[in-house]
Amino acid sequence: MTPELAIVGVMLVALVIYTLSAGADFGGGAWTLLASGKRAEDQRQLVDDAIGPIWEANHVWLILVVVLLFVCFPGAFAAASTALHVPLSVMLIGIVLRGSAFAFLHVYTHEEQAHDPVPRRFSRVFAVASLITPVTLGVTLGALSTGIRVDTATGLVQTDFISEWLAPFPFAAGLFTLCLFAFLAAVYLAYEAQDTDPELSEIFRRRALISAALVFVTALLAFLAALRGAPIIHTGLRASAFALPLHLATGVAAVLAIALLWRRRLQAARLAAMAQVALIVVGWALAQYPYLVFPDLTIAGAAAPRPVLVAVLVALAVGAVVLVPALVYLLVIFKRHRVGQRVDAGH
Amino acid sequence: MTDLLAARSQMAMSLAFHIIFAVVGMGMPLLMTLAERRFLRRGDPLDRLLARRWASGTAIMFAVGAVSGTALSFELGLLWPKFMAFAGPIVGMPFSLEGFAFFLEAIFLGIYLYGWDRVSPRAHWLAGVMVLLSGTASAAFVLCANAWMNTPRGYTLAADGSLLSVDPFAAMWTPAALPEVLHMTFAAFASVGFAVAGIHAFMLLRRPGAAFHRRALGLALAVGGVFACLQPLTGDLAAKHVAEHQPAKLAAMEGHWDTKRCAGLSLGGWPDEEAEVTRWSVEIPCGLSFLAFGDPGAEVKGLKDVPRADRPPVAITHVAFQIMVACGMAMLAVSALAAYRRLRGRDLAAPWFLRLLVLSAPLGIIAIEAGWTVTEVGRQPWVVQDVLRTADAVTPMPHLVVPFVTFTLLYLVLGVTVIVLLTRKVFTAPEEFK
Repeated sequence: MTPELAIVGVMLVALVIYTLSAGADFGGGAWTLLASGKRAEDQRQLVDDAIGPIWEANHVWLILVVVLLFVCFPGAFAAASTALHVPLSVMLIGIVLRGSAFAFLHVYTHEEQAHDPVPRRFSRVFAVASLITPVTLGVTLGALSTGIRVDTATGLVQTDFISEWLAPFPFAAGLFTLCLFAFLAAVYLAYEAQDTDPELSEIFRRRALISAALVFVTALLAFLAALRGAPIIHTGLRASAFALPLHLATGVAAVLAIALLWRRRLQAARLAAMAQVALIVVGWALAQYPYLVFPDLTIAGAAAPRPVLVAVLVALAVGAVVLVPALVYLLVIFKRHRVGQRVDAGH
Repeated sequence: MTDLLAARSQMAMSLAFHIIFAVVGMGMPLLMTLAERRFLRRGDPLDRLLARRWASGTAIMFAVGAVSGTALSFELGLLWPKFMAFAGPIVGMPFSLEGFAFFLEAIFLGIYLYGWDRVSPRAHWLAGVMVLLSGTASAAFVLCANAWMNTPRGYTLAADGSLLSVDPFAAMWTPAALPEVLHMTFAAFASVGFAVAGIHAFMLLRRPGAAFHRRALGLALAVGGVFACLQPLTGDLAAKHVAEHQPAKLAAMEGHWDTKRCAGLSLGGWPDEEAEVTRWSVEIPCGLSFLAFGDPGAEVKGLKDVPRADRPPVAITHVAFQIMVACGMAMLAVSALAAYRRLRGRDLAAPWFLRLLVLSAPLGIIAIEAGWTVTEVGRQPWVVQDVLRTADAVTPMPHLVVPFVTFTLLYLVLGVTVIVLLTRKVFTAPEEFK
């Protein structure tokens, strides 16, 4: 395996983990916005407790992807951030508002959060900003598949700064991303409330099923948009050697997730949903292969000089030795009460 | 406003905003862990309460720092794609390591903020120490990357200008790295100490005798004072480094026009860039030669020997440098006064001294903003010293004034919200200790 492929592998793993962790945090924001009924406040509180201690650590996976991109594939980073200036800037506004509003909200007690108008407003900003980032993230990744023209000799990007992202496929990808994140969050939340508040768990279980249907609809939409808008995704998803087994696995995971949700096997449903989402991200990456930015920048073509890649791989290995135990420690502390328990909720 | 100016303004505004939160993210963990260690040793609940209260303020600051830092890592590409395409692989090592350090900081901050009742007191304190160490390391790595922009090393170019080879560790540890890392970390601890001491002094003026604020004031002032007293040493190191490696920056800092031996040190004044003189300054004979090279007879290059196209904006650099030094000296004086009063057994909470501390509260932050102005404006017109011009690095994207205005408004609203929340929610004393 070449060092640039190893780096791309690490970026893909980071992106999968980001989707599974931070993606669900954004999805939680969407459920805060949609909190309704007489238990709306409890729904918001559940989201709040679930993401409170971990969202900042989850968020760092995105930074890792960005740093690896600009260190190891500088041309791709420059091309993407030139042509996609607008959606990336909007995504940043979403990231900044979401994180800040969430932190501001936390200065207040639970009691104040429920009744005081100021924290209510922060909660609203947090929720709306949580929608912006998934959509623009999907738009950005979608646009990488639609294509950005780069003169490989000079590194100059040929762009009008608009047409790369203002197209059906990137926005279909954006909507799909949002639904996927909301689905993940609903599954996690249903599981997390299972013992403590079965009624609440049931609410999120139902929402998980609804959003599973939405994931299916928006996936279909994105697939159709890809017919014309991103042929690389289309052929990649349909024709390559890996396509069939990967689709089968994704489909099995998706059906399994729905069936397990239906049967209220929430712990298993969570694992199936995670597998489904991870396979979708991997599927997108494999369809995109060997391009970083279609059609001019391939992984091998855009890679930095070899000593840089090797040094970064060494740094990643050393970093992982420090990071992984710390991350496990964090999750054990805050998600410990869940591990190994299985209680049938709602009955 | 040209697109280049808009891009520079957005970058400057984003950095100026982020640096405050980054500094707090370094300084507050030091104060929190000191208070908590006191609690672990002596068992006084007031210390634990202090650490908790400071932690709740730090949570806001850290979150805003994390997201504005994320914005910066993207803005590097959004505004300066050609700089990143060139420099990304070379400064990759410090940026990658910074990623890990920041990751650790986020993890242990989560444990620190939310884990008061979930881990043992000792483990909790250690989590705070980890936040302090990883936060400081994270800042040090970013400073290494900035140091490379000032003293680029560790790479060779092919004949066509493309990158031929890179020595990642030589590029990470350039001559500017050590002075920048020391000067900035000390600045962070000094400025946070002064800012926190000033805020609690303000509260003590309104509510004399509150034990909570007295304890907080003593601790914050001790930290701020120690680092403020040490700071001239790292400043001297930084200045000597600039003198050796970036003569144009030094000349701009000093408003120094004519190359000569026994160059005088200009205090204050206003450099006239057209007439090539610095007016209304007080000059200390041979002061600049001595401070820059440790030898009153040393020759110091003047701006007239730098081609006009390669000169940094002199007035901004000079004035910013004067502001930084003046703030630093004022902090040194206040620290010395506090130490003197302490040794003589006088009360640190005397009303006039509290008022002085309130006035001193913003000095460190002002000095940091001014110092970064010196570093960045003083390097112009280069984004990478003598290698890549800022004007050649900017994105071809038009209408850059729009994102500049948008992000400025966004950060303005966030800044005001943070201030209001901190004053209303964090710095008020808890009921039982009023």
